Amino acid sequence: MLFKRNPNGIDLPFSSEITPQSVYEGRRQFITRMAATAAVGSGVWEMANREAFAQSAGQKLAARPNVALSTDEKQTPFKDAAGYNNFYEFGLDKGDPAENAHTLVTRPWTVRIEGEVKKPLTLDIDGLLKLAPLEERIYRLRCVEGWSMVIPWVGYSLSNLLKQVEPTGNAKFVEFTTLADRKQMPGLRSGVLDWPYVEGLRIDEAMHPLTLLTMGMYGQVLPNQNGAPVRLIVPWKYGFKSAKSIVRIRLVSRQPRTAWNDSAPREYGFYSNVNPNVDHPRWSQASERRIGETGLFQPKKKTLMFNGYDQVASLYTGMDLKRYY
Amino acid sequence: MALQLSNKQVGWVKVAVFVLALLPFALLVWGTATGAFTDPLAEITGTSGEWALYFLCITLAVTPLRRLSGWNWLVKLRRMVGLFTFFYAFVHFVAFLWFDHFFDVAAMLADVVKRPFILVGFIAFVLLIPLAATSTNAMIKRLGGKRWQWLHRLIYAIGPLAILHYWWMKEGKSDFAQPILFGAIVAALLALRVFWHFRRKPQAVRA
Repeated sequence: MLFKRNPNGIDLPFSSEITPQSVYEGRRQFITRMAATAAVGSGVWEMANREAFAQSAGQKLAARPNVALSTDEKQTPFKDAAGYNNFYEFGLDKGDPAENAHTLVTRPWTVRIEGEVKKPLTLDIDGLLKLAPLEERIYRLRCVEGWSMVIPWVGYSLSNLLKQVEPTGNAKFVEFTTLADRKQMPGLRSGVLDWPYVEGLRIDEAMHPLTLLTMGMYGQVLPNQNGAPVRLIVPWKYGFKSAKSIVRIRLVSRQPRTAWNDSAPREYGFYSNVNPNVDHPRWSQASERRIGETGLFQPKKKTLMFNGYDQVASLYTGMDLKRYY
Repeated sequence: MALQLSNKQVGWVKVAVFVLALLPFALLVWGTATGAFTDPLAEITGTSGEWALYFLCITLAVTPLRRLSGWNWLVKLRRMVGLFTFFYAFVHFVAFLWFDHFFDVAAMLADVVKRPFILVGFIAFVLLIPLAATSTNAMIKRLGGKRWQWLHRLIYAIGPLAILHYWWMKEGKSDFAQPILFGAIVAALLALRVFWHFRRKPQAVRA
């Protein structure tokens, strides 16, 4: 280790050489993990671990409740919403993101908004937080895998941001790109998807007031595993359409390629609206397991068209939603 | 040198294997009862399916292991691990009938016919039923050793069907590491039998 002599004659390590908190915590965690794995078996450990990580308190994020756009259904416990995630950049198991995403550096963070716009823009996270008043919206979240949650998100309509950059007449679609950094995201080593994760919306979908640019949940800054520091929430589409940890938003004239559609086009369409009448090839989408509610002794919940967000139906007038799934 | 065990020692091994084989099921019951699983229905379905596959591989490994090691007592464990294959496949099937269809048999069958992925798994499960049903000594006697053995060769169809089911399940996420691993295990265990079968033939002629 290098030392510099300080004027007081005391040797201090360069601040860059002090082990960062995340690293030593990671090391401690690794050691505890080894011990626990040996003691109780990995299954039980994963469960205990998931809760421990999910419960670490986040920084508060104040927002005005938007009651009109919120459901009054019972909210999913925070530990489930922050402990049961699909975020493959941090591993394939549901508990992996909560366990691994501490390596994600969310500050400084910038988002570039470009493409078919008159005023391209690069905003840091503070700029994004100040762009429009933050609202809390309690949305249903339906995963394509057949489970669902109810989550209070904090953010504002994406349209606020898109209006700032003044889309040109050629802007027909919006493409969202997730960070892809091997140093921060251990899951990138797996070849499950063609990284970076890219998702897309039609411009009218992106401009719809329900489409939420999201910086927080449960009154806090987003936990890393939920897509910090900024993600999208499109509540009438399957969860994977809502890109996490966004670094670039590009307005484009053609339908962008999207990660899941590239990987398995028969299973994941570009639109992927929640639709109980269009089955996934391997399972029915007619019903769902509401996390924290659906147990063994009652049938699953019926899935609603557009996840119950009927106000978006007009976006798809005249479209065959079985064909454009 | 072959490790030989007395009947009493084999009895203890059997008890130990029985208890170990029930552990995954016990963990499922415990986890579900205490609310430790975030998505218990998915956990039960997935875990039971995986263990059915693990026990299928273990069952298929008994005979090759016995031949290669000379540990003849291993054959005394075969029925039990075979029945555990059926047990976990049964839990997996009940999970499907219960959670996906809430015991609506007509809806379940419609689902089976509609989706090749489910159909393949369902056929594998149905083929396991006669094997489990004829696992007792009395049934072996009633059928006669030769016919019983023929019937139990159904396992050679069940293995590949189970692998195909698993393969299609993982296909959506192009996550083939596990299906490739278990496909290779089942293929190797079946290939060994084919190899031994053809090597034995010429010797039988000479005799």
